[in-house]
Amino acid sequence: MANISDLEYLRLSKGQKLLFRLKRFFTDSLPNGLKNFFVRIGKGIGSGCQKIGSECKDIVSTFVHGDWKTKLSYLVMGFGCLARGQILRGILFLLFEIVFIGYMILAGGYWLSMLPSLGKVGPTETYNELFDTYTTTYNDNSFKILLYGVLTIFFIIAFIYTWRQNVKQNQIAEKILASGKKLRSGKEDLHSLVDDQFHKTLLALPMTGILIFTVLPIIFMVLVAFTNYDGAHDGYASNLFTWVGLKNFNTMLSWNSAGGTQSYAATFGEVLTWTLIWAFFATFTNYFLGMFVAMAINKKGIKVKKLWRTILVLTIAIPQFISLLYVSKMFAKDGIINGTLLSLGWIKQALPFWEDPTWARITVIIINIWIGIPYLMLITTGILMNIPADLYESARIDGANPWQQYTKITLPYMLFVTGPYLLTSFTGNMNNFNVIYLLTGGAPTNAAASSAAGSVGYTDLLITWLFKITTGAESQYYLASVVGILVFIVVALISLIVYNVLPSIKNEEDFQ
Amino acid sequence: MSQNKTAGAVAKRHMGLKTSRRIGNTAIYILLIAMSVIWLVPFICILLQSFRVESTWQVGYVVPQKWGLDNYQNLFKTDFPRWYTNTFIAALCTAVLQTVIVLCMSYTLSRFRFKMRQPLMRFMLILGMFPGMLTMIILYRVLKDLGMTQANAVPGLILVYVASSGMGYYVSKGFFDTIPKSLDEAARVDGATRLQVLYKIILPLSKPIVIYTILTAFMGPWGDFVFARYISFGASAGKNVAVGLYDWLSKDQINKSYTMFCAGGVLVAIPVTILFMCLQKYYVEGVTGGAVKG
Repeated sequence: MANISDLEYLRLSKGQKLLFRLKRFFTDSLPNGLKNFFVRIGKGIGSGCQKIGSECKDIVSTFVHGDWKTKLSYLVMGFGCLARGQILRGILFLLFEIVFIGYMILAGGYWLSMLPSLGKVGPTETYNELFDTYTTTYNDNSFKILLYGVLTIFFIIAFIYTWRQNVKQNQIAEKILASGKKLRSGKEDLHSLVDDQFHKTLLALPMTGILIFTVLPIIFMVLVAFTNYDGAHDGYASNLFTWVGLKNFNTMLSWNSAGGTQSYAATFGEVLTWTLIWAFFATFTNYFLGMFVAMAINKKGIKVKKLWRTILVLTIAIPQFISLLYVSKMFAKDGIINGTLLSLGWIKQALPFWEDPTWARITVIIINIWIGIPYLMLITTGILMNIPADLYESARIDGANPWQQYTKITLPYMLFVTGPYLLTSFTGNMNNFNVIYLLTGGAPTNAAASSAAGSVGYTDLLITWLFKITTGAESQYYLASVVGILVFIVVALISLIVYNVLPSIKNEEDFQ
Repeated sequence: MSQNKTAGAVAKRHMGLKTSRRIGNTAIYILLIAMSVIWLVPFICILLQSFRVESTWQVGYVVPQKWGLDNYQNLFKTDFPRWYTNTFIAALCTAVLQTVIVLCMSYTLSRFRFKMRQPLMRFMLILGMFPGMLTMIILYRVLKDLGMTQANAVPGLILVYVASSGMGYYVSKGFFDTIPKSLDEAARVDGATRLQVLYKIILPLSKPIVIYTILTAFMGPWGDFVFARYISFGASAGKNVAVGLYDWLSKDQINKSYTMFCAGGVLVAIPVTILFMCLQKYYVEGVTGGAVKG
């Protein structure tokens, strides 16, 4: 890519400028961004290794130079604290160690040892001659093994971290005592939790919730993608499930037809394409039309601004499922829209709003505009009012017409300020379950797609497809999990690209 | 003479501007009126159809031929009151707990500068890119083991709503960022602890965002479909209004309960809408403030 000077760039026409920037993005920014990304990952791993090395060194040197109290703390956690009079800390450390060892002996060891096989003995049936019945005994539980196995690993990591803290405590305490100062008492420790350590108190509850209800399930589900966990292998009542390696990814990304007449890869490609098209239109139609409505209401000389706004805001207040479900029925074959048009004699046959793939896709986007405009009108109204009025004033004096004012002042300002919003809105729309599922449920069904994957339809997004897989006849959780991981990769890739190109996202402190 | 001419031209041009503006405004009025109609028609339709008694299925006309309250009376012969209470309890508890969690999270991330802050925020950003629905598969089984699914879905639902709500800290963090830090520092100099700074200085200034958080947390459960569907799977007593009303529109039930769906929808929409309209001011503030921060 030949570099051109600023002057040459300025001389280009508008179309050429855009072309140039796009080209530069793909030849310059994208490869560089990716390169930097991988370099950063490499560096991160490198510095991580270095950090672990220096930690180990530190642990050894603390042991060598420490006194007997410190040395004993390596075995009995918190001993140093107890011996030096920091009773509260010492008891907490000791308690943690006891709980950990107890847990590992009683349960953790079992879960950990079963993790590689995910259970050995499935449910067995014994025949009872007397009553002529079979009684089932349930043995290993793959689901629990996987779940508690992951939890145990969490616990071990937490233990190693705490043990390291325990060593550090001794080192610090020795230093403080050597310099002739006093150690913090338990009371002071408690007080610091509402003062200089207040952030830990505040974060404790939210982070526990996120760890247990988001992080743990996500790790679990990522692991499920490498197993054969489904309705027929539920790990307990029917069959055990087990590790299958990359088989599920192969299934999802192979072009061999499976079950139906179309391969999974082709179905995935179709759904992904529609998801991206949908996200693009849903984001930008709403954005521009919402902005337009906001500007129309803001225009000088328009009266009862508040009334117009209130009417639109009213539609935000009504729970979405009511409006979506109702509107979806309005557009049905025997719905109000078709009924009215028929009785007016404007059409002879009911319009196939939900029956024809193209009609359905367009209808979904249009109804989404109806849903989205009020919300965007609110967001943009506030920002539009922040644009300094003298900018328009001087533009008008220079003879700029409204369209020029819009493209030269309003739009650049809006795009700069709402850049981050557009990104989150785009990824949010990719995962917009409610609008699609409540409006169409994915219909019309794509007959060519594999029926094993929960009868995917033409308006299905990846996220609704995922839902259909899990609730479908075969409950192929492993496949749902593969789709979930692929959704993550797509979203992360898009965010990474946009993040590297947009200037306004990067600097958080700029806004403060 | 020539001066007169120019003055006339200016006046003419002025007149031209005025008429063109008037035409523009008229066009905008027409547009706004058309929009208002389009935006309100579905809700008027749903209201009208909830009073239709001559048939219970979907019809192609709007105005009922026979009016009555039958649909509303029939609602109370179904599980609808149970669903309504379920949703209401879930919404109330979520509103309280979620507000506490979100405010803790956003206040900390806005006000404190600690070592793990940036990594934590980046971590949650990445976490947010996973489809949250995926976690339902495992949460359903775990909650089932704890006896918090099907008919007892409400506690399970509250737990699911509240537990991960810390990740939605963006809007209120954006608000806290706008409160000057010098206020904190002045109080700290005077010897206030961080806790005292929070409830004596920051909270009184944060009324709009507290109300915004409560309002959105309260409205969330009314519209939630996925989680409620998963957790209440197969048990009518554990459904919330969204799941219950959705099922009424399924193929085998729609002919029996379409008008009842309309009546139920009206009953759900009215209290939520009234609450929302009363607190509209705060919602608008939160939305406009939060979106800019992203």
